[in-house]
Amino acid sequence: MPDSITVEVNGRPVNIAAGSMVSTAVALAGESALRVSVSGEPRGPLCGMGICFECRVTIDGRAHQRACQILCRPGMQVWTDARKKS
Amino acid sequence: MPEKKVEVLVVGAGPAGIAAACCASEAGRKVVVLDDNPSPGGQIWRRESRRSSSPQAVYWFDRLRRSRAEVLCGVRVVGGADCGALLVDHDDGISEIQYDKLILATGARERFLPFPGWTLPNVMGAGGLQAMVKGGLPIEGRSVAIAGSGPLLLAVASYLKKMGAQIMLVAEQAGSVNLMRFGFHLIGEPAKLREAFELRWGLGGIRYRTAGWPVAAEGNGKLESVTFSNGRTEWKQRCDYLACGFGLVPNLEIPLLLGCEIQHGAVKVDGHQQTTVPGIFCAGETTGVGGLDLALAEGQIAGYAAAGRPERVREFSAARAKGLRFKNALDRAFTLREELRTIVKSETLVCRCEDVSFEKLLQHPSWRAAKLQTRCGMGPCQGRVCGPAVEFLLGWKAESVRPPILPTSLGRLATVGEPNPS
Repeated sequence: MPDSITVEVNGRPVNIAAGSMVSTAVALAGESALRVSVSGEPRGPLCGMGICFECRVTIDGRAHQRACQILCRPGMQVWTDARKKS
Repeated sequence: MPEKKVEVLVVGAGPAGIAAACCASEAGRKVVVLDDNPSPGGQIWRRESRRSSSPQAVYWFDRLRRSRAEVLCGVRVVGGADCGALLVDHDDGISEIQYDKLILATGARERFLPFPGWTLPNVMGAGGLQAMVKGGLPIEGRSVAIAGSGPLLLAVASYLKKMGAQIMLVAEQAGSVNLMRFGFHLIGEPAKLREAFELRWGLGGIRYRTAGWPVAAEGNGKLESVTFSNGRTEWKQRCDYLACGFGLVPNLEIPLLLGCEIQHGAVKVDGHQQTTVPGIFCAGETTGVGGLDLALAEGQIAGYAAAGRPERVREFSAARAKGLRFKNALDRAFTLREELRTIVKSETLVCRCEDVSFEKLLQHPSWRAAKLQTRCGMGPCQGRVCGPAVEFLLGWKAESVRPPILPTSLGRLATVGEPNPS
């Protein structure tokens, strides 16, 4: 397994250590919010262990994936709510 | 993942689940262990399955690898199918796993209490921020305030400091009298005392403030500062992150779904870790939060009992009794203070999934009425975050669950019971 891989966050490439979580890739892309709440608030991760669902993002076209429970794969495309084209 | 039938199914690959799986497998049973996380270890040994500085972790991961237990990660239990089977969701779809005996070792989560600003990005759980850093989040040079309650706060402070974070403050809500009593209890347990000292040692120069708690988090789009209180005065602390958790609460969704009796907020078990449902065992934090040693003792008991080797159980009864004494001391020392019920304000959101404020909840007489009228606790987390908060704030207990207990798609649920396409 290579030491570093490249994923895309909101259309921009991010180099990241292999074995990192998707939430880390989003943080490295400079985004502190992963989703927008039902009343429009920006939200970031809370529990870090798959319980709270605050870190939901769209991964390779699949919505509502928990960024804190999924490892980065090379070429993965991640979109946060706020930047997603509706 | 094809449909499976196993003799002993273990849910949760933390210390209790690993210990249970090893014992049941070594006793000759066909064992499968399921975990939602991408690798085994639970929260305490998160991301340590390949390399760990803890000799205990190294020992148990090695024993697990040598056992013939099969570990399946990234697998979520969404429901209980008919008797003796669980419905699980994974990368390839949804399937059913049948078991003769079931061991639930689903662990615990942090208790979060709402206060103004707690929904801002970069306000996280204490264990939450630690987990994020273990997952690669760069923390070097970032300023962190740690708050809430319990020994986890010190463990997190020690870890984050080692990773290069600047720890501005650790605010423990419990008072120093309670903590001193806890210290006296530890003296009777040399291993725990050493652990406590090592934590303090690694914490040289860090401000550890007892009888202090957060009352507000401020920031524009993300956290910039936290206001703390000691009941008499308030002060503001600037920081990049707030790591805040008010103790741990057992994950009871699966035991509730399967009809196991709950007592004092944890799964009720007998001396063999068997729940009130015959053939279903429970071990670790799910039976009450007592830490690593108790989890390992309970896991081994459950593993042997489920494998039909009850004569091995008594080897672990002394360790279990000692762990239970430690658990009781923890409960007494870190009891949440009354003032924490007042840090929530009328407009503070309590349910983060459905954005339900405290004042909206107060218009209803019960959890059920509030759920029906406000959708509080009915979003994707299914009340895992707001449930324990509401119980602390209003005394409403949410002791019922409905499948699916984790989100899955209707398309997937529709395939349940269909013949396997492969």
